[in-house]
Amino acid sequence: MENLKYAFFVGCTPKQSTPELMQSTLAIAREFNIELVELVEATCCGASHMQDYDDFLSLVLNARNICYAEKRGLTIVTVCNTCQLNLATAKYRLDHDEKLKNRVNDKLSEVGLEYKGTSEIKHFLYALIDDYGIDAIASRVKKPLKDLYIAPFYGCHNIRPKEVHGASNGNEDPYRPTSLDRLITALGGHSVEYEHKNKCCGFHVELQAPKTANKISGGAMLDAIENRADTMVTPCPLCHLRLDVQQKNISKEMGEDVSIPILHMPQMVGLALGIEPDKLGIKHNITKFTFA
Amino acid sequence: MKKYDTKKVNFKVFRFNKDTDRMPYYQSYSFDVAQDEVILDILNKIKWERDGSFSYRRSCRHGICGSCAIKVNNKPVLSCKERVFDLIEIFGYELVLEPQDIKNAIKDMVIDKERFWHKYSSVKPFLVANIEAHPKSEYIISQKEADRLEESDYCIQCGNCFFACPSVEVNGDYIGPAALLKAFRFNVDVRDNAKRDRLDIVNQEGSGVWDCVKCYECAEACPKDLSPIDKITKLHNQIFEENMAKDNVATRHAVGFKDSIEKHGFLDEGELVRYSEGNMGVLKHVPEAIHMFKNGKLIMPWQMPKSQKLDEVDKLIKSCSTVKFK
Repeated sequence: MENLKYAFFVGCTPKQSTPELMQSTLAIAREFNIELVELVEATCCGASHMQDYDDFLSLVLNARNICYAEKRGLTIVTVCNTCQLNLATAKYRLDHDEKLKNRVNDKLSEVGLEYKGTSEIKHFLYALIDDYGIDAIASRVKKPLKDLYIAPFYGCHNIRPKEVHGASNGNEDPYRPTSLDRLITALGGHSVEYEHKNKCCGFHVELQAPKTANKISGGAMLDAIENRADTMVTPCPLCHLRLDVQQKNISKEMGEDVSIPILHMPQMVGLALGIEPDKLGIKHNITKFTFA
Repeated sequence: MKKYDTKKVNFKVFRFNKDTDRMPYYQSYSFDVAQDEVILDILNKIKWERDGSFSYRRSCRHGICGSCAIKVNNKPVLSCKERVFDLIEIFGYELVLEPQDIKNAIKDMVIDKERFWHKYSSVKPFLVANIEAHPKSEYIISQKEADRLEESDYCIQCGNCFFACPSVEVNGDYIGPAALLKAFRFNVDVRDNAKRDRLDIVNQEGSGVWDCVKCYECAEACPKDLSPIDKITKLHNQIFEENMAKDNVATRHAVGFKDSIEKHGFLDEGELVRYSEGNMGVLKHVPEAIHMFKNGKLIMPWQMPKSQKLDEVDKLIKSCSTVKFK
């Protein structure tokens, strides 16, 4: 197989609050010989908040982000669900509205850029599963996760709206997503069936409505715990920040202990590949997880 | 005559009578389902062929009255529009039929929708205009003016978005996606005079647009593909455009992204929290900040990463900005 190569849209958290996501992503990419070319010109995607303030500006900046992948002739991979949604939404809107695209390109021409629509946008999870291949991943497992019951937590912005992500994210059905479950199984683990696997974590109102955010994540965590999960795993650093960093606040709001380790998707993969936990940044996780 | 393919499907159906049952239970019914049958056909078959006491709402059978909305395997559907074969593709041969809002079930699929209508009525969901009681001719609006509604007038009040919304579920005050979509629908109507009144209502902290968790459940749930969340975004935009944005944690949270991008390209996470919460408000985040610092999850201001070609970003922000925040 020819080595895979992508334009890597890093996003903001891997360089700040989730260094472990950066480390584990790069570690497993190296292991799979996947080349990630960082989009060094890219800006924050606006995290689905900036569009509330200024939708057009937000669209232009994301169009600019995509332009730099197009210039390199590469598909974008994201490692954050919300980056995925915002870039994919910008692409969807521009590819479906010629007038809007012309308006945006008018602006981009001021800095010598043009959005063409030639780059695909997919989350790293789907690059692994669909491009590298689930069987190829399974064949690389050195330390199967065989005694682990893992609750997949998909996160909203990788699976909804289905139409926006489409085939790039494996045409995942938002009401019955399977990618993370299949990945867990391929790594030798047991995927836990629970109702909240495709539900929201509440991250986006954490500042203005912490009670709402805590109740929403608490509901999901209790569901995972009641279904006897040893750990939860998510492809989204924002879900991770919520479920991992805010665990104490969530327990307080729920009046119940919601303690459970939370892994990033690439950390889980890395552990099964036999990569040292240190190289996957496990020490940065607030909730402690040991895997013998 | 062509013989249609049928598939054997087991339906696990939520049964409950508020007046006589202490607890709900699930009853199984198996049917051979033909490819053109929709969930409403199954509801009818249960009632007509198996149990006459089975209750559900239905009326038009043409996707326009919004009565027959239920959940199948947790997916909000309009029974008369949803083909069973399509659901088999997603969920397999066992389908669980439940009312939209189990906690407020009255009888089987019939729920008390009061919660929904209460929120709906709170946004002035009607045209506020000085229109003559006996006009001599129609009030014609142009196609372009009609397009501003972005089909939001197609909403059939089925409630699928409302009962799929996690923010509604945990916060009894939140107006929810259906009412917010309706506020948008009249706010963009050129004949209407109550835009600012409605923005006042939807701009309230704790109940309005700022409590949307951005999960896109409403976008998936809408049988008319109206994407309520996109209309909620437009209400946010109207609040800024009309200069009605209050200086609070929610508005600063949205504006803070622009400021950070302008300065670094990336979002400065620490500064966003400080700016959004204010110098006093940020203090409540100190315990988790210490925890994050100890785990190497906080960077110092001088370590803040920067995007390359920030001059381009600066130029675009100057050239493309459409609003200002005081």
